[in-house]
Amino acid sequence: MKHSLTVDHLFMFFGRRKALEDVSFSLSTGDSLAILGPNGSGKTTLLRILAGLIEPSRGTITFLSGDKPLDRADVRRRLSYIGPELALYDALTAAENLRFFATMRGIAIDDGLIGRILEMVGIGGRGNDYYSAYSSGMKQRLKYAVALLNDPVFLLLDEPSTNLDKDGKMVVSGIVARQKENGILIIATNEKEEYGFAEQQYRIGG
Amino acid sequence: MPSNSTGLADRSLAVLRKDVLCEFRTRYAINAILLFGITTLTVVSFSVGQKNLPPEVYAALYWVIIFFSAMSGLAHVFVREEESKTSTILKLTADATPVYLGKLGYNLLLLILLQIAIAPLFLTLTDAVLTDPALFIILLILGTVGLAGATTIIAAIISKASVKGALFAVLSFPILLPLLIGLISATTKAFSESGGGLGGASSELQLLVSYGVVMITASIMLFEYVWEG
Repeated sequence: MKHSLTVDHLFMFFGRRKALEDVSFSLSTGDSLAILGPNGSGKTTLLRILAGLIEPSRGTITFLSGDKPLDRADVRRRLSYIGPELALYDALTAAENLRFFATMRGIAIDDGLIGRILEMVGIGGRGNDYYSAYSSGMKQRLKYAVALLNDPVFLLLDEPSTNLDKDGKMVVSGIVARQKENGILIIATNEKEEYGFAEQQYRIGG
Repeated sequence: MPSNSTGLADRSLAVLRKDVLCEFRTRYAINAILLFGITTLTVVSFSVGQKNLPPEVYAALYWVIIFFSAMSGLAHVFVREEESKTSTILKLTADATPVYLGKLGYNLLLLILLQIAIAPLFLTLTDAVLTDPALFIILLILGTVGLAGATTIIAAIISKASVKGALFAVLSFPILLPLLIGLISATTKAFSESGGGLGGASSELQLLVSYGVVMITASIMLFEYVWEG
């Protein structure tokens, strides 16, 4: 099934401050877009709007599955977002975090699948460690594990390589390559080495 | 995309299980609630324990202790999600209704523990005479449901505010006032020789049942707007 995402004349104001001005683009399955711009240009705001976490001041966003518009719940099932401000549960282990979010996503998960997902992001064998005991890089990897649970059609990554070492960046490269084949990828970044993750670029905020 | 294999009950229970596990490992809310309840009860027992007061005073004291103990801990259920920055990923992955039902279950559990701790101590440490245990137990159940129903949605509303504690009490007081008045009036009858049993407290019981049903139904309907708004 081909999916698409259309952003049409999007504006965002925080009080009198304009955070986003007239953002428009359209993507469909197989497309990838890097949103570029200096700090404070509204990249994270744009991703948070696309993820449904905040409402835009003006403009529309349309998610389609084939010709059928997707409602908020449909989008939530098909979308994953990873950003620096996200946190998982400190008092739970990595495996407990994964099991909880899988249940909330409506996905049946067993120990075998948890092990495979943790292996995929390079933290295999650490499933029984508490999230609070993880390093910042391992926390970032576990966020990827949670984001991959629903095999997302729409994957939004904000500063995707934050806190990751060389191996972690390779894990992200693999996830990005897979997403570009099967879904829609949007990355917000300032890092030149991440520009190549996407085929298209969209610059905001000067 | 993986298919949906878990229903509303499974997801609500997952939220409840997660919150209980986090609470068990951090003792964030239970310590605050129990400490507040037992401290207040001790002060009350020292000041009025040996005096033979009218049943309405004991009834009011009991629910004042429960109300303020609840105020000290029940907001944590949502405040903790905001403070630990886990609310964002919860919003991204979960529908509103199972989140509300799971959190309601968690607050119910905390209040049940509070009632189990406070009720026997209150009856032991004060001169309150329990003349109708069946009515008193029904009131504890209805009071727990009403308090949990109201405070869970209020906790969700105030969780993003900067002065959460004060706002929680300020918002809760007018919403809980009808519940507290009904509870105090009916508990007076449970502590009184001429209470008239369940029949004598029927109007209060109707009020309390209605309050619980309306509060929880309205909260389920409104929670999506509060949670995702």
